[in-house]
Amino acid sequence: MSQEKGCKRMQINEQMIREIVMQVLQSVEQPQPVKAAAGGRAVKLVEKGEARPGTKADEVLIALAPAFGKYQNKTIVNIPHSDVLREMIAGIEEEGLRARVVRVLRTSDVAFAAHDATKLSGSGIAIGIQSRGTAVIHQKDLPPLSNLELFPQSPLLDLEAYRAIGRNAAKYAKGESPTPVPTRNDQMARPKFQAKAAVLHIKETEHVVQGAKPVELSVEF
Amino acid sequence: MRKQKRFEVLAARPVNQDGFVVEWPEVGLIAMGSPNDPTPSIKVQNGQVIEMDGIARDKFDFIDQFIADYAIDVSITEKAMAMEDTAIAKMLVDVNVSRDEVVRLVRGLTPAKIVAVLDTMNVVEMMMAVQKMRARKIPSNQCHITNVNDNPVLIAADGAEAAMRGFDEMETTVAVVRYAPFNALALLIGAQTGRAGTLIQCALEEATELQLGMRGITAYAETISVYGTENVFVDGDDTPWSKAFLASAYASRGLKMRFTSGTGSEVQMGYAEGKSMLYLEVRCIMVTKGAGVQGLQNGSVSCVGVPAAVPSGIRAILAENLCTTMLDLEVASSNDQTFTHSDIRRTARTLMQMLPGTDFICSGYSGVPNYDNMFAGSNWDVDDYDDWNIIQRDLKVDGGLRPASEDEVIAVRNKAARALQAVFKELGFPAITDAEVEAATYAHGSKDVPARNVVEDIKAAQEMMNRGITGLDVVKALAKNGFNDLATNVLNLLKQRISGDYLHTSAILDKDFNVISAVNSRNDYRGPGTGYRLSEERWNEIKTISQAIKPSDFDV
Repeated sequence: MSQEKGCKRMQINEQMIREIVMQVLQSVEQPQPVKAAAGGRAVKLVEKGEARPGTKADEVLIALAPAFGKYQNKTIVNIPHSDVLREMIAGIEEEGLRARVVRVLRTSDVAFAAHDATKLSGSGIAIGIQSRGTAVIHQKDLPPLSNLELFPQSPLLDLEAYRAIGRNAAKYAKGESPTPVPTRNDQMARPKFQAKAAVLHIKETEHVVQGAKPVELSVEF
Repeated sequence: MRKQKRFEVLAARPVNQDGFVVEWPEVGLIAMGSPNDPTPSIKVQNGQVIEMDGIARDKFDFIDQFIADYAIDVSITEKAMAMEDTAIAKMLVDVNVSRDEVVRLVRGLTPAKIVAVLDTMNVVEMMMAVQKMRARKIPSNQCHITNVNDNPVLIAADGAEAAMRGFDEMETTVAVVRYAPFNALALLIGAQTGRAGTLIQCALEEATELQLGMRGITAYAETISVYGTENVFVDGDDTPWSKAFLASAYASRGLKMRFTSGTGSEVQMGYAEGKSMLYLEVRCIMVTKGAGVQGLQNGSVSCVGVPAAVPSGIRAILAENLCTTMLDLEVASSNDQTFTHSDIRRTARTLMQMLPGTDFICSGYSGVPNYDNMFAGSNWDVDDYDDWNIIQRDLKVDGGLRPASEDEVIAVRNKAARALQAVFKELGFPAITDAEVEAATYAHGSKDVPARNVVEDIKAAQEMMNRGITGLDVVKALAKNGFNDLATNVLNLLKQRISGDYLHTSAILDKDFNVISAVNSRNDYRGPGTGYRLSEERWNEIKTISQAIKPSDFDV
């Protein structure tokens, strides 16, 4: 995790904040979509108007938070959003199902974003993901703040984890009971990343549009 | 540039792995005193607040309205608001002014006024004030019991050890939410094995949490969150009224509960409106008061990395705890979540609550190794038990824990694991093997216990809810398998629902299931020689550590 090393090098508070702010601003202040972070292949997200409820039981929805892949382009540990999205889609397809991607605008809360998408999902299953990387697998009939699997510690999520999340979401959609993606835990993730996580979320929330409906996206790698 | 060697060493110190930020008031990244915080004011007309903190009634958001209508005593507010900030602060630290007198006065203060008062105080003055203002006379402590695999056998064993070590309340949560019923059941049995009367909860989504309480699997709840800005409430489909309704649902079933809030949550969720963290938190505390809830877990809690990253953030955390006591509420004062790599920094942060004593100094000391802590790690964990005990002994201060011998720890861990094994068998849940019992007895954490079949366990946990299993089924299962003492304990815990005495402010139970609360154990601190003092018995317990050399150890 390169960010981690970056933090260790920092000795002066002002330097730290300046770096965070610069990083955030870099990823934020470009309204046009798709500038992939270093290492990631570009992804093109084309907005197709209001997302409609699906009727096919073999689809899993992926609900992107308002800034994902548009105003921000990498997770809190600098994994390109394009790679994250590709791995989740690959995980779903590996199980023989289809992924449909929407952008939720009315909230930046990962649970509510995912829950909104479950109502559009033909299978009733959706994955929610925030720009910083926090993810959840959700199901239609659960209370919004419950879930099938929650991945709250975004600094610990790597591409392998995102693929496993896609895979498990697809398994739930097929009516299976998969073994949950192994939980990772690092008690030092908070001291290192919480302030940065807050800034990234503030920047995500700036793009919330009150009352807006989810938008259908076509994804081209 | 040539490196200066001392700076190289300093750069490698744990504290320099922590995240820090400069104040950024526009987005609310400021602990106290944001330029956007309102100026205190109050206007009352016909018994109704028509202006509060510079905002006219028709411009109130729903939090302003809730506070103005339910948390401010209009009969005294004009008089209280007219007082100087420092005059009120001096009353807080003056041993000649009683707690009652301060509580009466604070009922008339607005959020901005309380913040202004707190901002005149340094941390030593705040600690003085907490010592007097804490509701229950006897301080106490709460722990977390979780593990990364949701292994129920380990939860039972860890719960038993933690209860025996002195925690009066224990909290579990899940790695995978569908495991929740088993986590709660395992902790219930562990708690009653370690020390009769220990209260337990399971932190979850609110509806499930309430259901487990109503079933008698858990004994209290605290994961009912309130926020300081309207947008954060709305983001969770909530209002102060919906939270108050939930609180009354608990009360109607005779279940203890408190709210949770903390500095930094609004920034964390992106809706701080440029206000200081403390100002927003004081609004949360007043919403709690207005909802008629007996207590609050606060002190930033899981957002601690945010205030801890800005100047005076740890002071703001103490200030929010103090404010909770001033409003006559139980305070579970955080000290739960990791915020630093530095042992020095984490200790300094905890002394703010440990020295004056609070209703629960930690609202989550990790009763498991931090790698198993599913609240993402606590400021204190099992590897710190001896440090905590020795700090108590060094300073003659009651941090709620006691030293324990290896023999007694092994015994209670084993008994709890066996009791859970019997209950699982009786209720037809996936078997717990003798090897699992043995492993949990001697384990440091989940790395030392065999894996269970997670899919089968989750199915059975769901079935436990579908079958309508309650605390009484647990009592029967324990009694039928020779655990009569534990059956009696669980039954006694259930009886509390009927008497409801433990709904009083700051209530805990002793080993004979007597309620100790702010009603029958009122904090009467009035300076040296008054208030809570260690009893002879308790002091002997704290000072007797096996590490200390005795004269008889010498043969000369």
